Amino acid sequence: MKFLPLVWKNVWRRKFRTTFTLLSIFIAFLLFGILMTIRTAFALGVEIAGIDRLVLINKVSLIIPLPLSYQVQLQQVPGVEVATHQTWFNGIYQDPANFFANIVVEPEPFLKVYSEFVVPPDQVKAWLADRQGAIVGKDLAERFQWKIGDRIPLTGTIWQPKQGSAWEFNISGIYDAADGVDKTQFFFRYDYLDENRAGGAGLVGWYVIKVADPSTSVDLARRFDEMFANSSAETKTTTEKGFVESFASQIGDIGAIMIAIASTVLFMFGLVAASTMAQSVRERTSELAVLKTLGFTDAAILVLVLAESLFVALAGGSLGLLAAWLFVQRGDPTGGLLAIFVLPARDLVIGVALMVSMGVLAGVVPAVAAMRLRIPDALRRT
Amino acid sequence: MRWLRQAMAVLALNLRTIPARLSSSAVAIVGIAGVVVVFVSVLSIAAGFSAAMRGSGSAGRALVMRSGADSELTSGISGPNADLIKQAPGIQRKGQIALASAELYVIIDLPKKATPDKPANVPMRGIEPAGMEARDEVSLVEGRMFEFGTNEVIVGRGANGQFLGMNVGDTIVSGQNRWQVVGLFEADGAVAETEIWCDARALQGAYRRGNSYQSVLVRLESPDSLTMFRDSLTSNPQLNVMIRRENEYYAGQSQAMTRLIQTIGFGIAGLMGVGAVFGAILTMYTAVASRAREIATLRALGFTTSAVLFSVVGESLALGGIGGLIGGVLAYLAFNGYQTSTMNFQTFSQVAFAFRVTPQLLGMGLFYALAMGFIGGLFPAIRAARLPIPSALREL
Repeated sequence: MKFLPLVWKNVWRRKFRTTFTLLSIFIAFLLFGILMTIRTAFALGVEIAGIDRLVLINKVSLIIPLPLSYQVQLQQVPGVEVATHQTWFNGIYQDPANFFANIVVEPEPFLKVYSEFVVPPDQVKAWLADRQGAIVGKDLAERFQWKIGDRIPLTGTIWQPKQGSAWEFNISGIYDAADGVDKTQFFFRYDYLDENRAGGAGLVGWYVIKVADPSTSVDLARRFDEMFANSSAETKTTTEKGFVESFASQIGDIGAIMIAIASTVLFMFGLVAASTMAQSVRERTSELAVLKTLGFTDAAILVLVLAESLFVALAGGSLGLLAAWLFVQRGDPTGGLLAIFVLPARDLVIGVALMVSMGVLAGVVPAVAAMRLRIPDALRRT
Repeated sequence: MRWLRQAMAVLALNLRTIPARLSSSAVAIVGIAGVVVVFVSVLSIAAGFSAAMRGSGSAGRALVMRSGADSELTSGISGPNADLIKQAPGIQRKGQIALASAELYVIIDLPKKATPDKPANVPMRGIEPAGMEARDEVSLVEGRMFEFGTNEVIVGRGANGQFLGMNVGDTIVSGQNRWQVVGLFEADGAVAETEIWCDARALQGAYRRGNSYQSVLVRLESPDSLTMFRDSLTSNPQLNVMIRRENEYYAGQSQAMTRLIQTIGFGIAGLMGVGAVFGAILTMYTAVASRAREIATLRALGFTTSAVLFSVVGESLALGGIGGLIGGVLAYLAFNGYQTSTMNFQTFSQVAFAFRVTPQLLGMGLFYALAMGFIGGLFPAIRAARLPIPSALREL
């Protein structure tokens, strides 16, 4: 510990060089944080998908509807806690560029199944009382500055109303949720849709089933699919996690691309750090020899150089990661394209581990070289 | 003239001594090359996707959908209305037959080669006989055309490349339906190449669509006939449709995705570029510091400061140029023509496309590399030019 001032002095021996090395590492970890955020955004929240929820869709594909009559049959299967259905509405608010997910649900079972959505009780009551009511995510409400009680028109694309061309909704409530949960969705009531749509009565998009015991999920999924086999609408049931994963994989392997870019970035800037350290040790050969003459052990020299390298990596890296975190806190810069915009805690931990590795890797060659210096050679070399 | 000779002499000296400072120069080169690789390859994704969408459809065809529908997927047109649309003026006719095809567009889940355990949304299009004639860019490359009235299908080349079980002779199983693949087709690299085509009536039967369609594709007498065709349909009170030129319909679908990729690409490459400039500054600073005495000597001999300035910036530009070339070549070799597919969110279905490392992107990459080299060299150059001669000469 008493050698900390010595490390500090060495770090700032060449202010200009250290400053730019710190800045390089700062940029590297700022980028790392942003790349991991993009990766998480394109994974569509797979990490928080409920393990106790199954998604049942038409075997042909998600866009082919299912009959409403399946609900009763699903509900009767032992081990099923709640079976509820949802429908993709695909309505447009003012302009197609204002895209957000608007989904038709059954309010009570919906809130039971998605316990991660937090809605104040009086707002729930208002939603249950108003057929045209809708609840919207906090981020969505902020995006369009909606308040409770606002009247929102959506133009139907799939579902046309019997009269007029727009569907009208009242905002009954605003839901909040933990980080990493999509807060940009718009949910409204199935009974309103079914009564007013021009066609397609009794058809729903897909079912979400909450099971009592997650360990029975796989068996239950098979059982459901067998129930509806050879019917006019065969089904395919997966866990919600599996469903989200396969949907995300359709966009492409964004995760792999982001990791490839992050690796390039860390390699590039690791090289900068390593080159700086090597140079700094080379310049100090005679000083290190003097330290050894004074009785510093080989191990102490090794630690001294490594500490310097670690300090630079950790200082630059932490600031970079902090900047990334602050940037992410400001919210999605694309205005709604990336619904989940968070820097997961896991990636922060990985980031710190990478800083340590970068510090060690950049410092190890010069540190070993410094340790192995033979005093007479080193003193002569200058 | 004298200035130029001086500048060139110092620059040549600098460049010749680069090998002696290899490790430090390599840092700058690797940094700049890394930025160019990422910049060019990310933007080549956008270029490829955009090219696939923009190359789709023709200005000589129009697509009719229900008004309010944002894509074929959400549209719906009844059989009688489809017949009405086919009678409108402006459609090219061959004898008595209008070159118009009422079509269905559904998505079926099939495994992708890259992720065989996960289903992908593959678009399937039901067409009428005129649908082939209206699209003259479509040609069969293997097998034969499907027979109308059967469950035979032909598969686009892109779909054949991206999804499993799409070769001639294979049977595609979807729910309770079986489709026989009898041919493969090409369509000038258009989005249609990711689709499976069959008889519209077979598709109506398979998905209980009754006598209804989703769109009508018509070949116009000439690209200018669109107005006549549109006016006739929109003034018909029996119809509630919108008409779009086919190529504009597809080009519109590429915008959101292209913009997202470009934003991400420019953002990441921009930040990386700042970092690479720092790397270049460090390299050039080291280069200047290690030659402080030589520079001071030259200046004592009467070389002008601007010649020294020029030589340092020149060296840095050379490093940037080398990095840019390496990065461009790497990106081209690794990614040009790389086949992949992604989700088109407007139609909710897969689109196969290839990364395109265009000459324009390579040019942008090289320009960016030179810019990074220039900025990276500027400050160390000023420092070199300002070095006080006596103290620099004294320095070890």
